[in-house]
Amino acid sequence: MGEQQQTLWQFMSGQSDKLFTQTLQHVGLTFISLLLAIAVGLPLGILIARKRKLSGLVLGIAGVLQTIPSIALLGFMIPVLGIGAKPAIVALLIYALLPIIRNTYTGITGIDEYVKEAAKAMGMSASQILFKVELPLAMPVILAGIRTATVINVGVATLASFIAAGGLGEFIFGGISLNNTNMILAGAIPAALLAIILDLLLSVIQKMDFKRLRRAVYILPVLILILGGFYILPSAYGSSLTAGFTPEFMGRQDGDLGLKSAYGLKIHTIVISDAVMYKAAFSKELDVISGYSTDGRLKAFDLRILKDDKGIFPPYYAAPIVRESALQQFPQLEATLNLLANKITDSAMTDLNYRTDYLHQSPERVAKDFLISQGLYKASRNGNRGTVRIGSKIFGEQYILAEMYSMLIKGNTDYNVSTKTGLGGTKICFDALTNDQIDLYPEYTGTGLLVLLQPDQQVAKAMAHDKDKTYQYVYGEFKKKFNIKWLKPIGFNNSYALMMRDKQSKALNINTITDLKKYLDQN
Amino acid sequence: MIELKAVSKKFNHTHAVNEVSFKVNEAETLVLLGTSGCGKTTTLKMINRLITPDAGEIYIGGEAIANQDGDALRKKIGYVMQHIGLFPHYTIAENIAVVPKLLKWPKAKIEERIHGLMEKLHLPAHTLNMLPNQLSGGQQQRVGLARALVADPAVLLMDEPFGALDNVTRTSIQQEFKALDELKRKTIVMVTHDVQEAFELADRICLMDKGKVVQLGTPKELLYQPVNDFAKKFLAGQQLTLEFKITKLSDIWSFLPNAAAAEEKSEVADVSVWEAMELLRSTGKDRLLAVDEHGKIKALSFEQLTKGFNQYQNLQAHG
Repeated sequence: MGEQQQTLWQFMSGQSDKLFTQTLQHVGLTFISLLLAIAVGLPLGILIARKRKLSGLVLGIAGVLQTIPSIALLGFMIPVLGIGAKPAIVALLIYALLPIIRNTYTGITGIDEYVKEAAKAMGMSASQILFKVELPLAMPVILAGIRTATVINVGVATLASFIAAGGLGEFIFGGISLNNTNMILAGAIPAALLAIILDLLLSVIQKMDFKRLRRAVYILPVLILILGGFYILPSAYGSSLTAGFTPEFMGRQDGDLGLKSAYGLKIHTIVISDAVMYKAAFSKELDVISGYSTDGRLKAFDLRILKDDKGIFPPYYAAPIVRESALQQFPQLEATLNLLANKITDSAMTDLNYRTDYLHQSPERVAKDFLISQGLYKASRNGNRGTVRIGSKIFGEQYILAEMYSMLIKGNTDYNVSTKTGLGGTKICFDALTNDQIDLYPEYTGTGLLVLLQPDQQVAKAMAHDKDKTYQYVYGEFKKKFNIKWLKPIGFNNSYALMMRDKQSKALNINTITDLKKYLDQN
Repeated sequence: MIELKAVSKKFNHTHAVNEVSFKVNEAETLVLLGTSGCGKTTTLKMINRLITPDAGEIYIGGEAIANQDGDALRKKIGYVMQHIGLFPHYTIAENIAVVPKLLKWPKAKIEERIHGLMEKLHLPAHTLNMLPNQLSGGQQQRVGLARALVADPAVLLMDEPFGALDNVTRTSIQQEFKALDELKRKTIVMVTHDVQEAFELADRICLMDKGKVVQLGTPKELLYQPVNDFAKKFLAGQQLTLEFKITKLSDIWSFLPNAAAAEEKSEVADVSVWEAMELLRSTGKDRLLAVDEHGKIKALSFEQLTKGFNQYQNLQAHG
């Protein structure tokens, strides 16, 4: 435990620059959106307190907006607002809206009728009643709403990193992808502290008596504005092209770190989730992205892979990994899964991915069509001799593979199958496997080597670029360390790749990563 | 000073106020009396346009209020209500200063006026910086009264002003209220359901039922010449107390025996029979010395008061 704490501390002090930037971005995002939410929510709350007939409609809409899953909401924003701060702020604003509108409404309608009558009877105008009586008296309730909204925003702002808006989510989601607990904690602990501290501060203001509250209410907008300004402070170094890398890629030796050390690549980089990265490249918001070589969107969005002329991206051959105990429990399983060995080539996989990602065919249909074309498909035997649990990570290719394995098992054995698809990143999938929550999932040799085993650099370097050595190494180590067996590779190599829009790469004459580096240095 | 002409107001198709007309003279106190739901509060609130009438006209000082700006109108009319409605986030001083601030009085003038009122209303100066919830109910109602009086309005509207107070506090505030110079110059319309209070404070009483005026007259007229059964029943059961209250010593002066010891100093002037009896009770004496307008002094015992009152009553009944 002591060692763990020390290494976390080391990680945080080592990355203190990044941590500081991300924290500022996080605070900035939270408060810019909070300020906007107050600017929209407060007048709306006042309006529906005046015209109560509207209250059901307005609160209903705000309530529905609140229930949209945050990732989905961010997804909806991209076509309209692109990536970066704008959609993140709008999404956060939408989440902050409901508590602010609702509490303004409740606060004002909850004021003693006789106090309002007295105010009117003394000759106060409607606006004087609002500013001198209603708002001051409703203020503790309104502040409670703002407090709720702030805490919600600190939480949701972690997701802003998915659409390249920065914040502490960069560490959290990078850490989950990289199986790096320290990285997760370096993002999660400051985020949690931020929520607790802001909650405490606002609770102090909320509990003030009316006299002090009056002063505090004048200071609050200024404070929110200053905190919101934090977002603008950290500015990355500029370059003529903009890169968008996934949090996982950012932290990997065979990713951004390798690009820096092997190629000396210096490019203005923003961190973005895999789900929106390709589209952002297509819509020219990004110029260079870190993709996967078999990704269907490569074809869909007319992107081109830059040749890795210094060979920093190791091979990533896909193969199912299975717990030994599951292989014993289901004797026919290994032979059945190996039916797919060497059946899918790079281009075949790209095509399958293209069908799901771009043509929007269901993974189930794509899997079935492929199996039929290979003569492997058999109708389900509806067996009931135990259930094999198949997992998959949260992207299209894994969904297709999981479906294929499911069909093969159902058609060739008497086992039943349950699939647990969309298990986040590598760490979540692998933990599910070791903790006996799934029996198998498709993994990649490179990931197994560099993310899960993490051997020292020399061992990694020695074999990273050799397909067979890597396979032999992970096969042996997994068996020894985890009691997990790598079955035969499926055939395709889904490695990391840098890609650009085909047109742009031709126009700038950039074909390799070295070309890219030269171009960036000259411009 | 105030005149209502055939004023009506409907809520959900029922007449809350149905063609009510009356005049209130300058410096007069008119009490709107009736059971709850009779329309008396609605009538009151139409005078400062907290409620807008559906039909009819209201004049204050000869001007129709419908043509005036509502907020400006209300700044000129004092308003006191049962629930007081002090602003919980304002100090006592700030609560009293609301209307002068709206009228943009200079600060010094506001402070001077507040201090004057605090003294008249027996509010201790140290309460000025307190919040309303730190004061007793009686003190809060005094602050409510101060707030209504601070800009010295010619007209004062009061909606059950003593309704939220306990009996002891109510009696003492009513007494102060009657004695307050500020109020003697004002035209007051007051709403109450309490017959005793109405008889105590009213110059004239407007008895209302189901949105209509049943009878409008002095307490004496209501008591001795009720226009119908409703008016009679409304006062029944309290008849004797009310009679004691509206009969003054001057009314029964001729029926009272002369004092033996004229050199003694008189204790009371022209009070009601009720008050004289109360004084005898509370002081525990068997004699009370009263003086009339000519300086003549008479000594009264409980028996003499009752006897004099009965003789006077007989005369009223046959005359």
